[in-house]
Amino acid sequence: MECVLGISCNDFVILASDMTNAHSILVNKQDEDKMFKLSDRLLMAVTGESGDTTQFAEYIEKNIQLYKMRNGYELSPPAAANFTRRNLADSLRSRSPYMVNFLLAGYSERTGPELYWMDYLASMIKTPFATHGYGGMFSIAIMDRYYRPDLTEEEAYDILKKCVAEIQKRLIINLPNFQVKVLDKNGIRALNVIKSQNLTA
Amino acid sequence: MSILSYNGGCVLAMKGKGCVAIASDRRFGVQTSTLAMDFQRIFEMGPHLYVGLPGLATDTLTVHERLRFRLNLYELRESRKIKPQTFSAMVSNLLYERRFGPYFVEPVIAGLDPVTWEPFISAMDLIGCPNVPEDFVVAGTCAEQLFGMCEALWEPNLEPDSLFETISQALMNAFDRDAISGWGGIVHVIEKDKVTTRLLKTRMD
Repeated sequence: MECVLGISCNDFVILASDMTNAHSILVNKQDEDKMFKLSDRLLMAVTGESGDTTQFAEYIEKNIQLYKMRNGYELSPPAAANFTRRNLADSLRSRSPYMVNFLLAGYSERTGPELYWMDYLASMIKTPFATHGYGGMFSIAIMDRYYRPDLTEEEAYDILKKCVAEIQKRLIINLPNFQVKVLDKNGIRALNVIKSQNLTA
Repeated sequence: MSILSYNGGCVLAMKGKGCVAIASDRRFGVQTSTLAMDFQRIFEMGPHLYVGLPGLATDTLTVHERLRFRLNLYELRESRKIKPQTFSAMVSNLLYERRFGPYFVEPVIAGLDPVTWEPFISAMDLIGCPNVPEDFVVAGTCAEQLFGMCEALWEPNLEPDSLFETISQALMNAFDRDAISGWGGIVHVIEKDKVTTRLLKTRMD
């Protein structure tokens, strides 16, 4: 039911996630923040089993911070992604695996912006754009059509608006609000929430 | 839903005259949905030793990491490069350790002996049963198609350039008949003095 979208360009990575928190037929809240700031240069948008998402994301977040405290410098995005994958892969064959799918956005001075897609089985790919969820199935094709590595932030936000418009038109589950955050060399910044009222206007 | 066909993908290896070749497709998908066209399934474990790990993508990554760990320790202790036959036994051991909760990969190994330069290929099933033939090995979701293509095209003592053509055609025509393999191909031709890696221009569907 949940949906996260991500686009990585030459200068930034932009992530969007829906804001609906629901249990079966009941919607608990429409303004849930599903993005976790792992560090100044790492952002993770998580979907999956309620509870597992927060537990896993916070565990990774604290470990990333611990590494920084112990060593004086932060993990690079590939190192953080592989560390996260290792934890997820180890939990896969344990008594109670984490059921989380997520997109990990990172920025490093050396390599620039990066986007990693990871599913609950701990398969990982580094990719220019990615999605999770049923909404993602519509969106990935829109991203295929409009993606360019040299997009500006406004253009990338427009592509996300197109994706959200399609999700809200064609997905039977109502996902009215999408939170958008961008990660670039200056850190993490929130952009305007994409709401269904704004799109139909 | 079969676990070994959840992500799709295929690998094959062939012996030639003083050389071996190993090739795979590049698709990464979740059942019918394609997510990446540059997924690495073949890993370099030594200057003349490559292993392909088709199957469940998470186990492709995990087995590669565990294998690299064991291989690094071996090379530190032994102070020499591992022989392909020994490496094959190492992979088989790693998989059989998980006999009753296996890694869902079917490795394909191709290499040259670091001393005698003898070509070597082998494959195994997900619990490490080795197969060491004289001609070719195949694995993946289009294994049957690969068997047919290899049987038709392979002949002994192919020179490196001919081996490249043969393995490429076998791979491409086999994965074109499989919905969850394809989306690009990569071929490594391993000779005594060099390894040539080429990306194949294929149907991207």
